[in-house]
Amino acid sequence: MLVALVVTGAAALAIGAGSGGLRASAPEETLSAPDAPSRDAPKTVVSLNLCTDQLAMMLAAPGQLAAVTALAANPRTSAMAEKAADLPVIHGRAEEVYLMAPDLVLAGRFTDRATVDMLRRLGLRVEEFNPAYALSDIPDRLARMGDLLGRPDRAEALIDRFNADLAALRHDNKGPRAALYYANGYTSGDTSLAGQILRAAGFENIATEMGFGAIGALPLEMLAMAAPDVVVTGNPYPGASRAEAVMEHPVVTALKRGRVNGTVTDRDWVCGTPHALRAVTAMADLRRRVEAAR
Amino acid sequence: MTRLFVGLSVGVAALFVLSLLVGPASIAPVDSLAGLFGGGEGPVAMVMREIRLPRAILAAMIGASLGLAGAAMQGYLRNPLAEPGLIGVSGSAALGAVLAIQTGLSAAFALALPLMALAGALGGVLLVLALAGPRGGALVLILAGIAISAMAGALTQLVLNLSQNPFAVNEIVFWMMGSLADRSMTHLWLALPFTLLGWVLLASLGRGLDALTLGEDAAQAMGIDLPRLRLVLILGTACVVGAGTAVAGAIGFVGLVVPHLLRPLVGAQPSRLLPASALGGAAMLLAADLAVRVILPERDLKLGVLTALVGAPLFLHLIYKTRKEMV
Amino acid sequence: MTLLSLRDLSVTLRDRPVFSGVTLDIEPGELVGLIGPNGAGKTTLMRAALGLLPHEGQSCLAELDPGARARAVAWMPQMREIAWPVTVEALVTLGRTPHRARALSQADRAAVTRALDWMDLSDMRNRTATRLSGGEQARVLIARALAQDTPLLLADEPVSGLDPAHQIATMRTFGQVARSGRAVLVSLHDLGLAARHCSRLILLGQGRVVADGPPGQVLTPELVAQVFGITAFSAATEHGHVFQPLEVLE
Repeated sequence: MLVALVVTGAAALAIGAGSGGLRASAPEETLSAPDAPSRDAPKTVVSLNLCTDQLAMMLAAPGQLAAVTALAANPRTSAMAEKAADLPVIHGRAEEVYLMAPDLVLAGRFTDRATVDMLRRLGLRVEEFNPAYALSDIPDRLARMGDLLGRPDRAEALIDRFNADLAALRHDNKGPRAALYYANGYTSGDTSLAGQILRAAGFENIATEMGFGAIGALPLEMLAMAAPDVVVTGNPYPGASRAEAVMEHPVVTALKRGRVNGTVTDRDWVCGTPHALRAVTAMADLRRRVEAAR
Repeated sequence: MTRLFVGLSVGVAALFVLSLLVGPASIAPVDSLAGLFGGGEGPVAMVMREIRLPRAILAAMIGASLGLAGAAMQGYLRNPLAEPGLIGVSGSAALGAVLAIQTGLSAAFALALPLMALAGALGGVLLVLALAGPRGGALVLILAGIAISAMAGALTQLVLNLSQNPFAVNEIVFWMMGSLADRSMTHLWLALPFTLLGWVLLASLGRGLDALTLGEDAAQAMGIDLPRLRLVLILGTACVVGAGTAVAGAIGFVGLVVPHLLRPLVGAQPSRLLPASALGGAAMLLAADLAVRVILPERDLKLGVLTALVGAPLFLHLIYKTRKEMV
Repeated sequence: MTLLSLRDLSVTLRDRPVFSGVTLDIEPGELVGLIGPNGAGKTTLMRAALGLLPHEGQSCLAELDPGARARAVAWMPQMREIAWPVTVEALVTLGRTPHRARALSQADRAAVTRALDWMDLSDMRNRTATRLSGGEQARVLIARALAQDTPLLLADEPVSGLDPAHQIATMRTFGQVARSGRAVLVSLHDLGLAARHCSRLILLGQGRVVADGPPGQVLTPELVAQVFGITAFSAATEHGHVFQPLEVLE
C-alpha cells in the first residue's frame, strides 16, 4: 500500500526517512527514558512528513518535538499513533509552521516544494530526508536524525538493536513466490523498502522475476500468468475507491482462494523506521504458514 | 447499404477477436482460444475468461451504446453536436456512480451502482433537453453542455475529496476519461440488463427520428407521438449511458465521431444511422481500447484520451461549419 | 362527406385571444385559400384545426387519434425544415410514414413517384435536399405532403419564395388534387394567386372570419379596404378572377 500511496501522489505519506529505534519486539517506551539533548541542539522541532515524524518521536527529548503531521496520529498509517496523539498536529501549511517559530523543520524529499521553499525564504532551517529504499537505509536515517536532534547516543543504541533484530530475522533461503499487489494494481520490486521486507522474510518476489525494480503497475494478466504461491494485498482504507477494487477482482480472488494470504499493514511498511521489522516478522510468519500448507 | 452493415459487422468481429488476443501477457493465439473455450482452470484460462473476455465485451457493448445514444440524441435535437459526453450526460452519470460508491450504497446493494448512474444520466438528459430543446440551436446546446459538465465534474470531485479514502481523490481522472482496465464479468453483469433495455428503447425511435427531419410540427402531423418519443429517448439514453459510465467512466466523443462519419454512408437517414452508429461505436471503442494497450501497455492510458484526440478536432471542425447558424 | 369541420373554434395564446368563433366546413373538391393580414392567425387557425395547439370549440381533425389524423390530413408547415442532407426521394418518402409498414409497399412507391411528378421533381430524386435552392426545397416539401396521399391537405404559405412559373404550377397542382375528390386549404399572402386559383377564400381578420365564399364575394373593395387597408383592381375576366393590389389607404 505504501507504494500505491506514493505513486498516487499522497505525498505526505511518502516513504519517509529512516529513524530511530525500537526493537521490533519491544514497545518503544522502553527506550524513551529522558536524557538531555546536547546543548546546541534545536529546542523546537516541527516535522512535515509521516516518516520524519516517527523518527523524531523515537529520538527527540521530551518537549523538543513541537508538532507532527496529522498522518502520524492516524493508526492506519502510523506505527506510533498513540505517541503522536499527545503532540500538536499540523497539516503541512507554511503558515502554521512559521507561527510555531521552530529552530528546525524536518521534511521528506516529497514534501510539497512550495512549502519547503517558502519556509527557507522565511529563514527557517529545513532538513530533508530521502525515503528509505532498503532496510539497510534505516540505520543511516536514524543516525542522521540523532545528529540533527542532538541525540546521537540514543540513535546509536537504536541502530545497534535494529541491526541485531534484523540479523535474527533475516532468512535468505529461496522461499515461496509472493506477489505484492496494491491498489491501482501496483507492485514493488527489490529496490523498494516493501520488496526488501518481503525478501528479508524469505520470499521470492514475482515482481523481481518480471524485472520490476522499485514501484510499477503490474498488469492483472501478468499477475495471473505468474501464478504466485501467495498474494499479499493492501488493506483497504475506509470509504471506497476504485483503486482498491482491483484487489477484489475475480482473478485476485481466484489466486487467493484456498490459500494462505497476506496483507500489507501500511503503518509498518510505509516508513523506513525500525517498525519495518514488524512487517518482516509478519511476512516471515506468513512464509512459514505458506510452507506448512504446501 | 447492406454492404456497409456487413463491413461494420466484420470490422467489429475482427476487432473483438484482436482485443482477445492482445494483452501484456504474451499468449499465443491458439493457446488463447484454447483457454477461452477449452475449459480448464490454468492461468491462461483465467486471463482469457476473467480479464480479456469481459474487457472486449464491455468495449463493444459500451461503444455500441455511445454510438447509438449519440445518433439518437442528434436525431432528436437535429444537431450534429449532440453527444452524451459533451453535453454532460456522461458526467452526470459519473456523479451518480461516485455517489453510489462513496455512500456505501453499492457495497450494500450491487445494483445501486448502475441505478444511481442511470439516475445521474437521467438528470443530465432532462437538464439538456430543458435548456436546449430542439429549437435551442447549437450554441445553447454547447453552453448547456459546458454548464452541466462543469457542475457534474465539480460535484464528483467534491464527493471524492470528501471521501476518507486516500485513493478516492485520484479517481476523478478515471471518471472523466474512462477506462476498461481490469473490469470483470461482475461489471458486465451489472451493466448488461440496463444496456439491453436502453438499446431496445433507442432502436425503436428510428421512424420518429426520420419524421423529425421535417420538424416537430410536420412529424406530429404524420402521426408521431412526440411526448412519447421524447420520453423513450430520455429513458433509453439514461439507461445506456448510465450503465456504461457506471463501469467504465465517462468516455467522450464516440457518440460524436461515429454518427458524423457514418451519416453520409447511410444517406443521412436517422433510422439507418442508429444501427450503423451502434456498430461503428463498438468498433471505435474496441479500437481505442486496443490502442491504449498497444501504445502504453503499462500506464493505464485512459480511453477518453484517445477518443478525445480523435474527436476534439472533429468537434472543432463541426463548430466551424455551424458557426454561422450559431451567431 | 365533410373533410374539415370547425365549430366555434377559438384560440387564446398567452392570455391574448388570437381568433374566436370560427365555424366552417370544407368539402371534397374545394381549393380553399386562407387569407388575411400578418398576425391575423392563419397559421394558428390551421395548427389548432390539426389539434397541434390548445383550443376551445371543435375540430373534427383534433378529435382523431394521431395515426388516424395522419391518414386524414397532411400538413405542410410554413417553416421549411430539412434537418439532414437526405435525398429528395427519401424526403418525399417520409410522407408515407403514416401508411407504411417496415418495408415500402407498391402503393407507397406509386404515391412517391406521383408526388415527385406532380412537383416536377423526377429528375432531382437523387439530389441532396439540403443543397437545393429555397424554391426547390419548397417544392420537395409540397411533394412530401402530397405523398401522404390524404383526403385533405393543409399548407401554410406553400408558394412563398417560388418563382412565378412554379407558383402557378403549384396552385394548379393543388387544383388537380382538389378536383380528384380531395380538398386543399392553403394560406396565402398573394391575393392575386388566391383570387385566380382558389375556388373559395376565407378572409381572417380582427380575430374572426370576416368573409367566406367565392373570390369575387370576398375580395370586395370594402372588405379589402377594411381588412388589408389597400385599394385594388378586382374583376372577373375570361382568365378567371384577376386581383391586383394598387395603393395603401391613408
